[in-house]
Amino acid sequence: MTQDDLFAAGEPEQPRPEPAELTERIEQLHVEGLAETDAPTEDEVAGGRASAAALSAATADAADVLLEVNDLKVHFPIKRGVVFDKTVGYVYAVDGVSLAVRRGETYGLVGESGCGKSTLGRGILRLEEPTAGQVIFDGVDVAGLAGEELRRTRRRMQMVFQDPLGSLDPRQSVESLLLEGMKAHGLTKGKIETNRELRELLSSVGLPATALRKYPHEFSGGQRQRIGIARALTVGPELIVADEPVSALDVSVQAQVINLMEDLQQERGLTYIVIAHDLAVVRHISDRVGVMYLGALVEEAPSADVYAEPLHPYTRALMSAVPVPDPVLEDTRERIILTGDLPSPANPPTGCRFHTRCPWRQETRCDTERPVLTELKPGHRVACHYATEIGSGRLKPNAEPLQLV
Amino acid sequence: MPLLEVEDLGVEFRRRGLEPFRAVDGVSFDVDPGQTVGLVGESGCGKSVTSLAIMRLLMPRGNRVTGRVSFDGTDLLRLPIRDMRDRRGRDLAMIFQDPLSSLNPVISIGLQVTEVLQRHRGMKQSAARAEARDLLDQVGIPDPDRRLKEYPHQLSGGMRQRALIAMAVACRPRLLIADEPTTALDVTIQAQILQLLGTLVRENGTALIMITHDLGVVAGLCDEVNVLYGGRIVERANRHELFATPQHPYTHGLLASIPRLDAPAGERLHPVQGSVSDNIPWTSACAFAPRCGNEVDRCRSASPELTAAPLGHGHQLRCFNPVLPDGAGVGATGGSAPVDSAGEAL
Ligand SMILES: Nc1ncnc2c1ncn2[C@@H]1O[C@H](COP(=O)(O)OP(=O)(O)OP(=O)(O)O)[C@@H](O)[C@H]1O
Ligand SMILES: Nc1ncnc2c1ncn2[C@@H]1O[C@H](COP(=O)(O)OP(=O)(O)O)[C@@H](O)[C@H]1O
Ligand code: SF4
Ligand code: SF4
Ligand SMILES: [Mg+2]
Ligand SMILES: [Mg+2]
Repeated sequence: MTQDDLFAAGEPEQPRPEPAELTERIEQLHVEGLAETDAPTEDEVAGGRASAAALSAATADAADVLLEVNDLKVHFPIKRGVVFDKTVGYVYAVDGVSLAVRRGETYGLVGESGCGKSTLGRGILRLEEPTAGQVIFDGVDVAGLAGEELRRTRRRMQMVFQDPLGSLDPRQSVESLLLEGMKAHGLTKGKIETNRELRELLSSVGLPATALRKYPHEFSGGQRQRIGIARALTVGPELIVADEPVSALDVSVQAQVINLMEDLQQERGLTYIVIAHDLAVVRHISDRVGVMYLGALVEEAPSADVYAEPLHPYTRALMSAVPVPDPVLEDTRERIILTGDLPSPANPPTGCRFHTRCPWRQETRCDTERPVLTELKPGHRVACHYATEIGSGRLKPNAEPLQLV
Repeated sequence: MPLLEVEDLGVEFRRRGLEPFRAVDGVSFDVDPGQTVGLVGESGCGKSVTSLAIMRLLMPRGNRVTGRVSFDGTDLLRLPIRDMRDRRGRDLAMIFQDPLSSLNPVISIGLQVTEVLQRHRGMKQSAARAEARDLLDQVGIPDPDRRLKEYPHQLSGGMRQRALIAMAVACRPRLLIADEPTTALDVTIQAQILQLLGTLVRENGTALIMITHDLGVVAGLCDEVNVLYGGRIVERANRHELFATPQHPYTHGLLASIPRLDAPAGERLHPVQGSVSDNIPWTSACAFAPRCGNEVDRCRSASPELTAAPLGHGHQLRCFNPVLPDGAGVGATGGSAPVDSAGEAL
């Protein structure tokens, strides 16, 4: 599925909103959104609320939560066979993730390639149908929505991609790209009015109005990402899931786009989920960071703590592996070099999924019992049986580097 | 004596109907045995073209390579292509960003490594096979006997890069060029590969040219760093100097652009404005002028030369108005005390 499907989901003729300036409308969105959405009844959300609240009580004030994810799973069937598609197994791309994102905050997701970050993002937006679990957006279980309600909720959640225009028809002008979503959601007004909105939007992402008549290939990577962000903003979303939004950009341009995202968040009260493999980028932009390994969160903490005091062995290794542009630090830093690669998510290890690479692996429990994400410090959740002992230095890393099985 | 001396290297691409384009424009640097020299810069600044020119791997048509690349006294650019082929793999080797594209997909890893050994070291097949196994083991591929029989697509990205490194070092080349060898890899795998490259340099005395856009990688690995911009070296220093007293506005801007893991939370980034598409030709100006916060009048009427920097030993700079520590700040917004030339600034 692509972002087009997301737009295509809408019925063609929609009630037009009151004519208002785009910026104004975006500011009003929270109010509007609350007004439009039927408040969920207690029992509709009770199950999810309880577990998510328990998990994130300290990290996110329940009243302020925009998004709740409860034990979300996205499994892809592995099919074999010529005549009949026989399912011979599953890729456990996302396998039980629970998290809560506050209104107006930035939640960062990091982890190695293939750990399920993008699939989780897509599962949250229902671009990928979850196998199990709940996604509760602004108090409403998204799985229960259909038709008009689903369309309206989708407008409030948008996705920004690594190279948003890379896969698009190069014959489509920027103007028509931007109008696409607005039309699908019935947000266009008179020609002059709409044109003015688009100009304002472009200027807010730092592009000249002349960009409207141009085509994707005429822009640099950084400018294309600005267009991608503008396109997500046309429908006035509250939550933006940005999947590797700056990974394809040069560092100077990357920094410009990061600053832009921060500015837009300030101006519009946006909530972000930022997915990236670059830990420094995620740490910089996020309020809280979730570290994923093989389809599950292994640690979640305020972004400063993730670097300052990582508690999960995997996070420790990850942080120690990131090169820092400081030779003095590089020469003195202790580095935890992991052996082997990420195991296949089609055949995840038993017990703790990290046990095949963990330098602290213990004989007992690690390969038999899957650790649960537990709050060890306020707002700091970790899924490791021995995190406390490792943190206090009582457990030392095993001398023999472990080999990948 | 340096093992490799690159002198005034230039690469110009010519295509019919288009102005000739100078991708590399007078690049000079030396590499000693056992030394790691970094080439850093953003995409398009000429890093890969420089390395391909040194290895004579550019397409034979559509470009003109000028200057001298002297390897152990021999000018590689003037070597008959047959002799050059012979040296490649034996004396000089290269590893690329995308290991899959430089491995043959239909030949097993084992055969690809043994072939190199048979061709360049004249080993018999059985000896080559044993050596290949040892090589895979040395680069940290677990279960080398099994991996030898596998094909590139059966290996993960990190394993492929290791296999490629194994092939590159199979003949103990005296110079290794690594062009973004870890850019496509995860950080935990990157750390493994960087450690491996460091060991090669230390234990075999291999000279290494490390090409990367990642200043963090440079900080940990390179003895000397060359910062490229628009096909020219704009700043050169040993890594400690470069990071402690960067003086070129571009280097400064790059460092201010990078989010750092260890920076205080909420600190705003100060990116270099614009992008490389704003460059102007070096001919009678500084190519960086349209993006530079330190620009002075001369920057658009004269082309700066690479000369001794106001601060530091052996630190070189191509700039009329360097950023100096006492100046008012950093990078694009940085100090604009009008200093006429590098020397007078002190
Ligand atoms: N449509 C699909 N069908 C089958 N498997 C899939 C599908 N999409 C993703 N996967 C698998 O699910 C796992 C998680 O993929 P995902 O794209 O979410 O990873 P990621 O963390 O975003 O990685 P990257 O950093 O490389 O983008 C991978 O093993 C991937 O191959
Ligand atoms: N075969 C080619 N023909 C024309 N231009 C080229 C060719 N190869 C590279 N270039 C150009 O030369 C410049 C430097 O490229 P390159 O060395 O690949 O940059 P990088 O520093 O990212 O490795 C770029 O502007 C690129 O577009
Ligand atoms: S549970 Fe065991 S294997 Fe898993 S991270 Fe903790 S110590 Fe390592
Ligand atoms: S001060 Fe002048 S010479 Fe130096 S980088 Fe800026 S524009 Fe170039
Ligand atoms: Mg992804
Ligand atoms: Mg390159």
